[in-house]
Amino acid sequence: MGRTILSVDDSASIRQMVMFTLTKEGYTVVEAVDGRDALDKVKATPVDMVITDLNMPHVDGIDLIQALRADPAFKFVPIVMLTTENTAERKDAGKHAGATGWIVKPFKPEQLVAVVKKLLG
Amino acid sequence: MDAQKQLFREEAYELLTVLEGALLDLEQNPGDGENIGKVFRAMHTLKGSGAMFGFDDIAAFTHTIETVYNMVRDGELAVTQELVSLTLKACDQIRAMLDASLTDSTADTSRTAVLAKEFQKYIPAGDNDDTQENGNGHRESSSAPQARLMTYRIRFSPHRDLFANGTNPIPLLNELKGMGECTMSCSVQDLPELQEMDPEACYASWDIILTTSAGEDVIRGIFIFVEDISDLSLEVIQNGTAFDSDIEYKKVGEILLDRGVISQDDLDKALGSQKRIGEVLLDEGMVDRAQIGSALAEQEQIRAIRKKRAAVEESSSIRVPAPKLDDLVNLVGELVTIQARLTQHAAQRDDPDLVGIAEEVERLSSALRDIAMGIRMLPIGTLFSKYKRLVRDLSHELNKDIGLVMEGEETELDKAMIDKLSDPLVHLIRNCIDHGIESTSERVASGKLSQGTITVSARHSGAYVLISITDDGKGLDTEAIRAKAVEKGLIPPDATLDEHEIQGLIFVPGFSTSSAVTSVSGRGVGMDVVKTGIEGLGGRVEISSAKGHGTTITLKLPLTLAIIDGLLVAIGNEFFIIPLGVVVECVDLTADDIKHAHGRQLIKVREEIIPYINLRRHFGLTSERPPIEQVVITELGGFRIGFVVDKVVGQHQTVIKNLGRMLKEIDGVSGATIMGDGTVALILDVNKLVGQAEVGEATASNGAGAQAGLKMTSSINKSAA
Repeated sequence: MGRTILSVDDSASIRQMVMFTLTKEGYTVVEAVDGRDALDKVKATPVDMVITDLNMPHVDGIDLIQALRADPAFKFVPIVMLTTENTAERKDAGKHAGATGWIVKPFKPEQLVAVVKKLLG
Repeated sequence: MDAQKQLFREEAYELLTVLEGALLDLEQNPGDGENIGKVFRAMHTLKGSGAMFGFDDIAAFTHTIETVYNMVRDGELAVTQELVSLTLKACDQIRAMLDASLTDSTADTSRTAVLAKEFQKYIPAGDNDDTQENGNGHRESSSAPQARLMTYRIRFSPHRDLFANGTNPIPLLNELKGMGECTMSCSVQDLPELQEMDPEACYASWDIILTTSAGEDVIRGIFIFVEDISDLSLEVIQNGTAFDSDIEYKKVGEILLDRGVISQDDLDKALGSQKRIGEVLLDEGMVDRAQIGSALAEQEQIRAIRKKRAAVEESSSIRVPAPKLDDLVNLVGELVTIQARLTQHAAQRDDPDLVGIAEEVERLSSALRDIAMGIRMLPIGTLFSKYKRLVRDLSHELNKDIGLVMEGEETELDKAMIDKLSDPLVHLIRNCIDHGIESTSERVASGKLSQGTITVSARHSGAYVLISITDDGKGLDTEAIRAKAVEKGLIPPDATLDEHEIQGLIFVPGFSTSSAVTSVSGRGVGMDVVKTGIEGLGGRVEISSAKGHGTTITLKLPLTLAIIDGLLVAIGNEFFIIPLGVVVECVDLTADDIKHAHGRQLIKVREEIIPYINLRRHFGLTSERPPIEQVVITELGGFRIGFVVDKVVGQHQTVIKNLGRMLKEIDGVSGATIMGDGTVALILDVNKLVGQAEVGEATASNGAGAQAGLKMTSSINKSAA
């Protein structure tokens, strides 16, 4: 069943990797280049899950997660953050903002798929 | 993975360009938070993506730089000229690392280390922890896979606020299911009375029996994201039986069945009827409208998602390797050729139906051609932005204050053209910096702004793009140019030339205005190289200059390299194309003309002596020579030369095709084209042919005549006559 995942990252190669990996798994992937773009995209396209980088121009990942969680439509949508820092503070900051889970960069495609399946089924 | 690496490389090169732009802006305006953010993020992305795709050296190097810019961002460190210069050097080093990765070599690691050390100096000791452990949500099993099957009893009791951060427990349970044979039972005993219930809270808990070979830490790993918002107990029991049921629900009846609204019996009964299942169930009073509505909504949702997916696929962009586009353009080119043949054929047949079809095909193929060409178009800004750095570095080196203004960066041009324009433009901009713009003191003395300006602009003009490079420097000194040309023997001392013709002299081979060779320009290659290069692209170079006010050099270029206007000529049964851009005129070559030339390959056209190349002889063709031949006179790099052919057939829209690997080394031919009837015509590389002839004539002739003829420029000839 086609579920739509929003991939938010300012790095095209990460987006490409997410797109490639998840499309192969049968998901539909929508891309956004930063938090601001992501907020625009979700207005037009309902998504089942969000995977977002934390460090981005305009609206960063933490702000994006907070903004999405504040939106009733996103109250229960899983949001995964991609982070380069594997520290408890970073994870706590994300979870506090409302993130469902996290993936630490660098990660392998299988890890991404595992996390998506874990949260989306 | 190689494709991914390539993509990263492309992205990294783009990032470096952005980075350089931001750094240069930052140098002008050190407090600019936006540019600081840009630099930081570019480094951050290079680090993160670099590590993902195996560029560990880049990841490690950029980590240090990122740390420094994080401090800048946090206001702990100020942007200085030194820091910008250092970072620019770092950009070069990253570029070198990327280049090296292409050939599987490594860039100069000692230089990387030196630069990294320079950055380290900005970081206070103690702040510098480089430890990076890996700990992803998906834990890799630390214990070796156990061959022995274990049966676990697992109790998963989420807290009430489980849903609040987007967690859905079902996939977690499914993940458990996937690990082995598994039975689950859900307990809803905590569910309160309806009026007390919070619909957004989770009241359920699960008991799971799982038989698997996976270890306990793997099972706990599944619940890693919810460990702080749930209770998980896990115990090993030796034996367990399991069964699995997994049904896909799609039809309304099945959805209702799944939701426990109706029973299998109800469903079977309803399915037995001829009416729509929803109506039957409603009539029977087994369901109410809301339940049907909800089931239908679920179906609708799936349809909507599918539709959405189709829409997303339409709007998203994809990256395609350039050779694929070249193939496409090639094929479209052939299609256009065949279409022309069809149209011609249809007209001859006088068959209205066929004419109708031919017109339709023409319409479609021209639309297709426009689209195919459009795909290869890139904004020229990608090229322009490279020059910011060039201007900065060179003006520093020469101690001049120069600003670069870019206009029309969005103007689109064929990618192949953009690639080939890079070098000529570098040369022109260098010239502006070195020769055009005066030193700051000179500028002030002549009442100009102390900062010189170079304007690079691009705009469309019909099927051409005009690129102009303008400086507000001292302009061309026509007297000096004239004197130099006489000194170099390029023009006779008594030649009468107007101002424009004198300015044109700087494009003549062997002319260089700067008497001293500097490191910036004047490295022995002159403006003639630029001119020849641009003409090789089917373009033209024009110059206008006012002494004391500056110089403008305008390049007029065709939009694409894939299709050129050519002149189709024939020698015996062979066809050749001469790029129309260089053709000046065509004249007859009679036996008389040949006799008057006394064995030399020269023809007199309106009192002008023009050397020519006999293509039949040049290519060793054996066909019969007609009594009257024709000379196609071309002008390239300032001088004229003729090509002798049997006859000029006419103008021809030429789709350029490469000759392929085996033939690409052949001099004098730049490609081929397929004509309407399938015949191949070779496209002449006029530049190379002239070069070959020059060498030939220089060695063959005993002096004056031919060689002098080749060297003399047409304009000089004209005005001297």
